[in-house]
Amino acid sequence: MSAVTQVDPAGTAGSTRALSERRPLGDRTFQALALGCGLLVLVILVLIAITTSQQSTSWFSAEGFKIFTNNWNPSANQFGALAFIYGTAITAVIAIVLAVPVSVGIALLLTEVVPPRRARPIVYVVDLLAVVPSVVWGLWGILVFAPWLQHIYTSIASGVNGTPVLGPLFGQPVSGASFFTAGIILAFMITPIVTSLSREVIATVPTIDKEGAYALGATRWEMIRGAVWPHSQGGVVGAVLLGLGRAMGETIAAALVIGSSPAITSHLFAPGYNMPAVIANQFGESTGVWRAGLMGTAVLLFAITIIVNVLARGIVERNARRKRGA
Amino acid sequence: MDDPEQMTVTTSLPKPAALREQVATGSDTPGAPVFATRNVSCYYGSFRAVTDVSLTIYENDITAFIGPSGCGKTTVLRTLNRMNDLVEGARVEGDVEYRGAPLYAPGVSATAVRRRIGMVFQKPNPFPKSIYDNVAYGPRINGERKKEKLDEIVEHSLRQAALWDEVKNRLNKSGLSLSGGQAQRLCIARTLAVEPDVVLMDEPCSALDPIATGKIEDLMREIKSRYTIVIVTHNMQQATRVSDRTAFYSVLRDEQNDTRTGVLVEYGRTQQIFADPADPRTQAYVTGRVG
Amino acid sequence: MSALTAEPQKADLREPAGWRRTKSRIMTSLMVLSFVVVIIPLGFVLWTVIAKGASVVGWSFWTSGTIPPNTEPLGLGGIGPAIVGTVEIVALASAMAVPLGVLGAIYINEYGGRGVLARIVRFMADVMTGVPSIVMGLFIFSIWVLHFGTNGFSGLAGAFALGCLMLPIVIRSSEEMLKLVPDSLREGSYALGATKARVTVTVVLPAALGGIVSGALLAIARAAGETAPLLFTILGVQSLNWNVFHGATTALPLLIFSNASSPYVGAEGRGWGAALTLIAIAFILMITARLVTARFARYAR
Repeated sequence: MSAVTQVDPAGTAGSTRALSERRPLGDRTFQALALGCGLLVLVILVLIAITTSQQSTSWFSAEGFKIFTNNWNPSANQFGALAFIYGTAITAVIAIVLAVPVSVGIALLLTEVVPPRRARPIVYVVDLLAVVPSVVWGLWGILVFAPWLQHIYTSIASGVNGTPVLGPLFGQPVSGASFFTAGIILAFMITPIVTSLSREVIATVPTIDKEGAYALGATRWEMIRGAVWPHSQGGVVGAVLLGLGRAMGETIAAALVIGSSPAITSHLFAPGYNMPAVIANQFGESTGVWRAGLMGTAVLLFAITIIVNVLARGIVERNARRKRGA
Repeated sequence: MDDPEQMTVTTSLPKPAALREQVATGSDTPGAPVFATRNVSCYYGSFRAVTDVSLTIYENDITAFIGPSGCGKTTVLRTLNRMNDLVEGARVEGDVEYRGAPLYAPGVSATAVRRRIGMVFQKPNPFPKSIYDNVAYGPRINGERKKEKLDEIVEHSLRQAALWDEVKNRLNKSGLSLSGGQAQRLCIARTLAVEPDVVLMDEPCSALDPIATGKIEDLMREIKSRYTIVIVTHNMQQATRVSDRTAFYSVLRDEQNDTRTGVLVEYGRTQQIFADPADPRTQAYVTGRVG
Repeated sequence: MSALTAEPQKADLREPAGWRRTKSRIMTSLMVLSFVVVIIPLGFVLWTVIAKGASVVGWSFWTSGTIPPNTEPLGLGGIGPAIVGTVEIVALASAMAVPLGVLGAIYINEYGGRGVLARIVRFMADVMTGVPSIVMGLFIFSIWVLHFGTNGFSGLAGAFALGCLMLPIVIRSSEEMLKLVPDSLREGSYALGATKARVTVTVVLPAALGGIVSGALLAIARAAGETAPLLFTILGVQSLNWNVFHGATTALPLLIFSNASSPYVGAEGRGWGAALTLIAIAFILMITARLVTARFARYAR
């Protein structure tokens, strides 16, 4: 074997020993570090579930299934949380009903109607909407928006009082801070996330399908219905669910404008309460079973939002996977 | 070395099998063996990409791998510096020896292998760093820190790659700002900066125009006295222009099982492969009737 | 009529018949309307905050201490302690969440590959972005604050809570950026004999850096505006506390919250001023993120 003439920085080329370096310590440490950080996510989620449940056991044992009654009265040592569950559901539904058509509309506007150059200001506006902190929405909500809405509510309520369907929904009692106000503000807050996710989903519709529809003489709306919607249906449902999850968990804006009075009523203009809001407002002064009850409410909230989020992400991913395989 | 003008196509009868994988003796005495493969097959999962390759690559040779698409020539090339380790499910059977030492023995560090056996890719892939930092990258990860030494290495490597004069005044410009041919020469300079023993090239000129190609071919001839070069190329004229030895691969189809795999058909001095191939498949390919 | 003298059929190139066209136009207008519907409240909020806050903010407002809301006479006071608190707590949270998040993203994209664990981690990071922020706050309260008895509240606890909030956001946005780095760069680095850690740190990270920074800035903007995680971790006091590791403190969102629910006169003005300050901070972070993205895209050309 002839000698190698150049200097090999890693060792003599002719020797085999230098080829057998062990994997450097730095490399293995880095990999372990990265793995650890990835696992951190799982660890935190599990810890959240464990610690909050631990703190709320006295509530579950004291109330048993009565936690699902509408009977929240700290001074009487009664802690049935049904009103808050109801409030969370109602405000989230209102938020979805209001936000989804708007968000999907904007998403379609950005992907189908507006040319990319002109789309930027629209995207900026949506981003700006996302950047407003929830506490500012709450501040504006309770000091400016709610009083203004109260007038509107009053006029609507006096109009529909007594009528069959609208009466129970929109009649008296009326308060600026109410289920409906909270729902509106939540709608503002979840619009950016539903819009951006819907946009992502709609953008993956193959151009070929859209062109095919146009080539058959379809109008823009017909193309959207025929080519875009079937493809993006699943993803949009996922986006809606994500918005739902976010609406249910949003605390501060709701705490300020929902009215802070536990009630189960069909009257949307009435003051109410929901899970995150009662925790935010009452935790500070709570003790014993009361505090455990609030913790337990948090556990319920955690469980519900996890389920909704897992569903949502699962649907979005399945939609994407089906598209890739298609 | 081989003048294409003087190459003639002969239609001799196929030579006996014994001659197919041997080096033709003649005025050219081969240097020391750098790579020796014996019955090497490469798998991606259950797919057998290439079958039973046995050849020897000699020091300071430019060896060309030619053949139609899908014949496994790039796979074999990447086996030589263990780049296939990075592909999930890739597996090598058989022996691959580098200067007498088995390349795939347990305990052999792929990183150390790649410091000695460098690679230039089909599409130039300069890092999004400055030209200087691109070339200095290799020496730096080998521990070189002194600025003067790095300056020297960078200049030397860029000169070898015939790029120095074009970039000496803008070494801190981004590597991405270079044209295709310049970028590829930058990648070559980057590879040479670690002073490897071998330089593997995977169709280095296929994304370049003829003038850039010519410059790189000149470069190869310039540096071969210091390195051993193995080049995969689709361009037969390029193989005749630059290479000392040529290995011709082809595709073997198994109609019954509907599988295909790559095989080494013939390997020998370039002059012989093109002027007087032993195997009819080689002859069909080099005369342009196939592939 | 013979074929020769028949009127040649005019190709019917008019737009589709009335109703179809109108319907499409109506739908397009509805889409435009949805955008308008969104601009109105946004404009309303911003206008109110700017109008009411502008008359209140000023150097003394930003630097002086707050006046407790239950004293008379009610001057306006200042939000100095809250600004200090926000800056310190958010900085601490970012110092924890950003490196850990980027490393987690590196795990998912560079080391995890198509393995089951990486898929689970990515999925769970997505799910974690949807955990209500108040739950994060209660989590840190249970696992950290409670252990110290009455002394548990601190900026550090708040930073933990905000960090948990930021972590999954940073992981996902960084992962998207790492995915964009072409494999050819990695191969080029491997071919020079770099180990995987080297490849990642010296080639992949620098290539993705602009996008990662921009994503981190947006996560920071989000954290700066969060109130609920701070409620039970920093408690919210009126006095200035420079020490972020010890002792209860306050922050801008918390101050706005307590002023919003306070019946006292000065509170409203203070709230608007603080809101304007908070929005300005979030806005600056967002603009910076955009600039970084634009600059990064130019460099990669």
